Amino acid sequence: MELQKFTYDNRLTNFFIWATVGWGVVAMLVGLTAAFELIFPNMSGQISWLVFSRIRPVHTNAAIFAFVGNGFFAAIYYSMPRLLKTPMFSKAMGNIHFWGWQLIIVLAAVTYPFGLTQSKEYAELIWPIDILVVLIWVVFGLNMIMTLVKRRVKHIYVAIWFYIATWVTIAVLYIVNNLAIPVTWTLSYPIYAGIQDALVQWWYGHNAVAFFLTTPILGMMYYFIPKVANRPIYSYKLSIIHFWALIFLYIWAGPHHLLYSALPDWAQALGVVFSVMLIAPSWGGMINGLLTLRGAWDKVREDPVLKMFVVGVTAYGMSTFEGPMLSLKTVNALSHFTDWTIAHVHIGTLGWNAMMNFGMIYWLIPKLFKTKLYSVKLANIHFWIATLGMLFFSIPLYFAGFTQALMWKEFTAEGFLAYPNFLETVTQILPMYYLRAFGGSLYFTGALLFVYNVWKTAAQGSFMRYENDEAAPKPAPKASEGFHRKLEGRPLQFTVAALVVILIGGLVEVVPMYLVKSNVPTISAVKPYTPLELEGRDVYVSEGCYLCHSQMIRPFRNETERYGEYTKSGEVVYNHPFQFGSKRTGPDLAREGVKSLPNYKPDSWHFSHLVNPQKLSPESIMPQYPWLAENEIDLSVTPDKINVMRTLGVPYPEGFENEAVANLKAQYAKIANGLRSSGIEVGDNKEIVAVIAYLQRLGTDVYNAK
Amino acid sequence: MSVIVILVIVGIVVAGLFLLGFIWAVKSGQYDDMYSPSVRVLFDDTTEATTEIVDEKSTSDSENKLN
Repeated sequence: MELQKFTYDNRLTNFFIWATVGWGVVAMLVGLTAAFELIFPNMSGQISWLVFSRIRPVHTNAAIFAFVGNGFFAAIYYSMPRLLKTPMFSKAMGNIHFWGWQLIIVLAAVTYPFGLTQSKEYAELIWPIDILVVLIWVVFGLNMIMTLVKRRVKHIYVAIWFYIATWVTIAVLYIVNNLAIPVTWTLSYPIYAGIQDALVQWWYGHNAVAFFLTTPILGMMYYFIPKVANRPIYSYKLSIIHFWALIFLYIWAGPHHLLYSALPDWAQALGVVFSVMLIAPSWGGMINGLLTLRGAWDKVREDPVLKMFVVGVTAYGMSTFEGPMLSLKTVNALSHFTDWTIAHVHIGTLGWNAMMNFGMIYWLIPKLFKTKLYSVKLANIHFWIATLGMLFFSIPLYFAGFTQALMWKEFTAEGFLAYPNFLETVTQILPMYYLRAFGGSLYFTGALLFVYNVWKTAAQGSFMRYENDEAAPKPAPKASEGFHRKLEGRPLQFTVAALVVILIGGLVEVVPMYLVKSNVPTISAVKPYTPLELEGRDVYVSEGCYLCHSQMIRPFRNETERYGEYTKSGEVVYNHPFQFGSKRTGPDLAREGVKSLPNYKPDSWHFSHLVNPQKLSPESIMPQYPWLAENEIDLSVTPDKINVMRTLGVPYPEGFENEAVANLKAQYAKIANGLRSSGIEVGDNKEIVAVIAYLQRLGTDVYNAK
Repeated sequence: MSVIVILVIVGIVVAGLFLLGFIWAVKSGQYDDMYSPSVRVLFDDTTEATTEIVDEKSTSDSENKLN
C-alpha cells in the first residue's frame, strides 16, 4: 500500500506551551500573594481589587483554567496528530481555540478583582463570559472530533480517550452549573437555590477536578511517560480498564462536598460510596504510570523530566487515596472547613498537575527548538525546590487543619466549648500559615528557574514549525451490520452539535419551570429577603465573603453550641446563589443575626468591624473593607433584581418591584439612624448598611418563629 | 431536592454516552490488539520540513467516517 505524506504544524503546540509558562507564573504569584495576605491581611493597602477575597478566584481560576488548561491543550495539539497520523483538522479552529481561551483568561483576571463573580467556586465567571467559554469549548471539541474522523490509524490510543471524556463531560457540567437568569450584563442569579444550588455546584466542582485536572493529565501521562522513558506503558490493558472505570465512577462523587450539610442523607451516602470506589481505578492508573518506568530507574536518576513525572504520578496516587478518605463522614467531620482541604488540593495541583506540566515542557521545548535543554542542572534544582516547596506548603496545612478542627470540637470538663472565641483557633495555627507561605515562595522560585531555563533553551535553538510524517491510509471500514453500522454511518459532528443544542435548549426551558415549584418553603417562618438585604447579599457575594465564612452549621454539638441551631434546607430556599462556603478561615455566619445567641453583635460593631477588624480584634486576619462605607448601592437595578427573583420562584407580591426602593430606603434610614445615634457617620445609599442589614437577617427567621 | 432528578438524568445520559462509546470500541475491534498500540506510540520518524504538504485527506476524503 502506498504511503501518504503529511505535515504536522507545531505552531499551536508552541503557543499553548508559552501560555502555560506565562499563566503558570501569574497563577503562582497571585497564590503567593494570597498566602501572604492570610498572614498580613492589610498588605493590600486597602486597595479593594487586591484584597484576599477578590484575588482568591483569580488564583484558583488561573491555576486551573490557565496553567493546567493551556498545559493539556499543548499536550493534545502535540500528541493527537502524532497518534492519529494526521494533522489537526482545522488551523482556523485551533487559532480560535487558542486566542479565545486566552481572552477568557484575561476577562476573568479583569472581572474577579472588581467583584464581578457568580460566587460558585471555579465557576465564578459572569454569564457573558460563560457563553464565550461554551463557544470556545465547542470549537475545540469539533476540531478534536474532526481530527478523529480523518485519522489514519484505526486504533484510538488510550490518551485520546481521556481527552474525549474531558471534552464531553466538561461541556455538560459547565452548562448545567451555569444556568442563570441575567439581571444586568454583569449580574445574574442561578436558577437553583439553596441546597439544590449547592448540589449542582459541587456536582460541577468535583467533576472539574475529575475531568479538567485529572483525565486530560492522565492522557498526558499515557503519552509522555512512555515517550520520554522510551518504554511502552506497563499494561495497556490496565490503562483501558483504568479509563472506563474512572469515567463511570467519577460523575457520582460530587455530594461528598456536602457531607453533614442539609443535603438528604441518601445523596450523601451515594457520594461517599462512589468516592471510595474511585480508589481502585485511580491507583490502577498510578501503578500503571510508575511501573512503566520499571527497568528504567537508571534514567529516572539522570533525567529531570522523568523525576518530575515520578513525583507527579506519586502525588496523583497520594491525593486519590486521600480524596476517598476525606469522603468518609467520620474523617470529613474533622477535615471539612479546615486547611486540610487546602493541603489536599495543593498536593493535586503542585504535585500532580504542575509536575506533569513542567516535565512535559522540559521535554517538548528542546524537541521543538531542535536543541538540548539549556541546563539539566538547573532543571534538577527546580525539581528539588518544587518537591520541597510542595511539602513545605502542604504538611504545615495538614497540621493547621487537624489542630483547628480539634480546637473547635474541644469541650471543657464542665461541658463548655474550650475555645469559644474563634480567633483563638486562628492565632494558634498562624505559624503554619507562615510555613505555607515559605513553601509557596520556594515553589514559586522553582517556577522562575523553569521559565529561565526553557526561555534560554528556546533562545539557543531554532523553532521547527513543520514536521513531515507518512502513513498508510486507514483501511476502509469493513461492512458491519445493524445498529453499529448505523451508529458509525452518522456524521459524528452532527451528533455532538445536536447534543450541545439539546442540552442548552432543554435545560434552559425545562429546568427552571421544574425547579421553581420546589422553592416553596417547607418552613413557613422563612421569608424572602427585603430589598436592602438583597442588595447587601449581592455585596457579600461580590466581595467574596463566602471564601472565608461558611453559612452551614453542621449537626454537631460543638457547632450548635458555637453557632446555634444547625442549618435546615428549608431555610435557604431563597438563596440564589447558595452561600454555604467551603472553608472557615473566619467563623460561620449562618446565624449571625440571631439576638439570643452568645455571638450576637450590634450594627455598630459590624460597621466598625467591616471597616477595620483589627480595631476590635487586634489579632484578626480579616482584611479591612473601608470601601464598603464609601461605595453606593445602584438603586436603579433594585426593581429588576426583585423581578428576576420572582421569576425564580421567590414569592415577592405583584407590584412589589415598584415599592422596592421605598422599602429599601425606609430600612436603610432605620439602620443608618441607629448607627448615627451611636456616633458613627454614614452617608446615604452606602453598601455597608446593606451588608449589615443582610448579616443581621441571617438565620433569624427560624428563631423568630419560636 | 428535585434538582437531583435532573442531575441523575444528566449523569445517566453522560454515562450512557460513555457506555455507547465503550460498546463501539469493543465491537469495532479497538481492543482486539492490546499490545502493539503501546509500542507503536514510541516510534517517531518525522522529518523536519520547511513547507507544508497539503494533506489530501482533509480536503478530498470527506466521506470518511469515524471508525
